[in-house]
Amino acid sequence: MDLAATIALNGLTLAALYFIVASGFSLIFGLMRVVNMAHGSLYLVAAYVGYAVFEPLYDRDLWYAWYAGLAAGIVCAAISGALMQRLLLGWMQGQELRQALVTIGVSIIVADQLLAFYGGNPRQFFAPDAIFGATQLPGLGGYPTFRLVQIGIAVAVGVGLWLLLNRTRLGMMIRAGVDDRDMLGACGVNVPLVGVAVFALGAALAGLGGVIGATAQPLAQGVDGRFLLVSLVVVIVGGMGSVPGTAVGAILIGLAEQIGQAIFPTYSVVLSFVIMVAVLATRPQGILGRA
Amino acid sequence: MTFSLSRRTALMGTGALLATPAFAQRAPIRLGGLATLEGPFATGGQDGFRCVQMELERINNTVGGRRIEFIRESSNAQADVALARARKLIEQDNVDIILGPLSGAEGIALRDYSRTLTGKTIVNGSSGAADTTLRNPSTNFFRFNTDGTQWMAGLGNHVFRTMGIRDVAIVAGDYAFPYAQVFGFNIEFCRAGGRTTHYWAPLGTTDFGSQIAQINRSDVGALVVVHGGTDGLAFMTQYAQAGGNKPLIAGSIMADQSMLSARGPHRRVMVGMISSGPIADVIDDQSWRDYVERYRRRWLNEGGFQSPSIHGVNYATNLAGILTALAAVDGDLSGNQAAFQRALAAARFKAPTGADVRLDHNRQAISDIFINRVEERDGRAQVVAFSRANGINQTLNTPEAAFLALGSPSRDNPGCVPAAT
Repeated sequence: MDLAATIALNGLTLAALYFIVASGFSLIFGLMRVVNMAHGSLYLVAAYVGYAVFEPLYDRDLWYAWYAGLAAGIVCAAISGALMQRLLLGWMQGQELRQALVTIGVSIIVADQLLAFYGGNPRQFFAPDAIFGATQLPGLGGYPTFRLVQIGIAVAVGVGLWLLLNRTRLGMMIRAGVDDRDMLGACGVNVPLVGVAVFALGAALAGLGGVIGATAQPLAQGVDGRFLLVSLVVVIVGGMGSVPGTAVGAILIGLAEQIGQAIFPTYSVVLSFVIMVAVLATRPQGILGRA
Repeated sequence: MTFSLSRRTALMGTGALLATPAFAQRAPIRLGGLATLEGPFATGGQDGFRCVQMELERINNTVGGRRIEFIRESSNAQADVALARARKLIEQDNVDIILGPLSGAEGIALRDYSRTLTGKTIVNGSSGAADTTLRNPSTNFFRFNTDGTQWMAGLGNHVFRTMGIRDVAIVAGDYAFPYAQVFGFNIEFCRAGGRTTHYWAPLGTTDFGSQIAQINRSDVGALVVVHGGTDGLAFMTQYAQAGGNKPLIAGSIMADQSMLSARGPHRRVMVGMISSGPIADVIDDQSWRDYVERYRRRWLNEGGFQSPSIHGVNYATNLAGILTALAAVDGDLSGNQAAFQRALAAARFKAPTGADVRLDHNRQAISDIFINRVEERDGRAQVVAFSRANGINQTLNTPEAAFLALGSPSRDNPGCVPAAT
C-alpha cells in the first residue's frame, strides 16, 4: 500500500516538473499561435548557463550557489526567448508553419552549439542541503525532499500564472489577444510588445524547468528533445493554451509514466501515447481545451 | 554539420581522383570512427575518441608506410542512427575500415550491415552485446574487446561465495548489452544457488523513483546495477537521495571514471561497490600504469578523466588490433582486404591493461577479466582490481555447445539456470 502511495507521489512530483516546462509552451501557443519547437532548447540553454554560474560558486561552498544558478538560468532563457520572438518570429507573425520550421532550425543549431561548447559530460545541480535530503513522511518513510519542493514550485507557478492572467492588466491583454489579436491592436495595445513579453515569460518558465529538472535528473545533450516531446504530449492531452488543462495533462502523463514503470517498465513509454491517442480520438481539442 | 562534411569529402574525393596515378600504392588508409557523441553515452564516446586520437598521434598517423586518415562520426546509442552514420562513412566518406560502434544494439546492427559489404571491414569500438559475435557472426566484423557476458566472469561466484549474499535485485537497461551482462552474472550466481529479481528500464530512462521505491522495500541482500551513462548517473543519484543502503554490485560500465568523475551524491554510495570488467583504474601492471600516465599527460587538461574509461580502453584495444594487422600486411588492403582480414583474425597483442588479446573462431576476443572494488585513494574514488582471471573466452570457458544451448540473452532469458541436480 505504501508502495502504491510512493509511486503516486513519484508520479505527481514528475508531473510537477512537466507542468513547469509545459506551461511555458502552452502560454506561448495560447497567445502567439506559435508551436515553439525550440522550447526544449530554452530548457537546455537555461540549464547549461545556470550550471556555468552554479559550479564555481558551489566549489567555494557558497550557500546561494543554487539560487544564483536558478536566477541565471531563468534570466538567460527569458532573454533568449524575447530575442527569438523579436529577431526571428516577429516578422513572420501568423505564418504558423514557417514559424514552426524556424524554431526547429533554432533547436538544431542550439543543440550542436551546446555540444561543441559544453561537451557531452552529464551534469547535475545540487540544491542547498535544506531541500536536498530526505523528508520523513507519515506512512512512507524517507522521501527525497527536492521532489516535494518540485510540487511546491509547480503549484506556485500555477497560481502565479492564474493570478497574472486573471488579475493583471497584462493578463487581460493576453486573454484578449488569444480571442482577437486585431481588435486588441485596434484598442491601442502594442500587440508585438505583448508578444515579446509573453515569449519571455514562456521561455523563463522553460528556464525554471531547466534548472529544476537538472537538479532532479542529470542534464545531458538530448534532453531538449525529451522535454519538447513531453511538453507537446502534455499540452495536447490537456488542451492547447489552457493553464488548468496543462496541469491536468501533466498529472496524467506523470502518473502514467511512473505507474507504467512499476507495472510494465518496458512499455511504460507507450502508455503516455495511448493516453494521447485516446484524448485525440474522443476530444481533439484536449481535455480542457476550447473547441 | 553533415552537409559541410560531405561537401568537404566530395572535394577531397576529387583531389584523390586527380592524384591517383602518382600515389596509387601509398594513398592514405581511410579509417572511419563511430562513437556516441550524443545521447546517454556521450561521455564514453568522447573518451573513446580521445584514446584513438592519442594512439594515432603516437604512431604519427602512419602504419605500414601508409598514412591513416581518421574520419569521426557520431551516433546516439540507437541502432538505426548508428547504421545511418556507418552507411555515411562507407558510402560518402569512402572509408576502408570502420572502428565502432560503442553501444550494444548498435553493434548488432553494424554486424548485420557488415554482411552487405565487400572489401570493407568493421572492427568493433566498445559495444558488448554477446550475440554480436556469438550467434550468426559476420566474416568481416571483428571484436578485440571482450563482451558484456565475459566482463561478468567471476562476479556471481564472488557475490555468492565470498560475500555470502543469497538473493539480489538486478536493475538493468532493457537492451542487448545489459542482457549480456545480466546473463553473465546470473549464470554463476543462480548456478551457485542464488535468487534474483529483475527490474528492467528502457535506455534513456531518467526517473527511476518507482523502481527504487520497490527495491528499498524488498529485503534482498544486495543490489546489482547494470546501468551506465546518464541512466546510471540518474539511478545512483536518485538511489542515494532515497536513502538506499544495500550493498552494491555493479555492471562493467557503472564502476567507471565516466561515472565516478561526475559530481554528486552517488559517489558516496558507490564507495565499496564491487564490479567486474576488462579494466580498472588501478591494476597492478606496469604497462597499464604507463598507459594511464600517458593518458593523463595528454588529456587531463583537455577534459579527460583521471584515468581512461572502459570505452576509451575498448576503442584503444580494437584500434591496436587494426594497427597490428595493418603492420603485418604492410598497409596492403588490396584483394578486397582478404590478407588484412586474415591478419586481423591472427593478430595477437597486449591491450593497454597489459592483458593478452587473441580472437576465437568467431573473431571475438579472448582476454583477461578483473574483479574490482571502488575505493577512496588519493582523495578520489577509484576502481581497484583485486582479482584477475586470464584468458576468459566468450562462453566463459565452458563448452560452446552447452553455452549456446542456454539460448540468447534477453529480458525473458536472463541466464538464471539453477544448479543441475
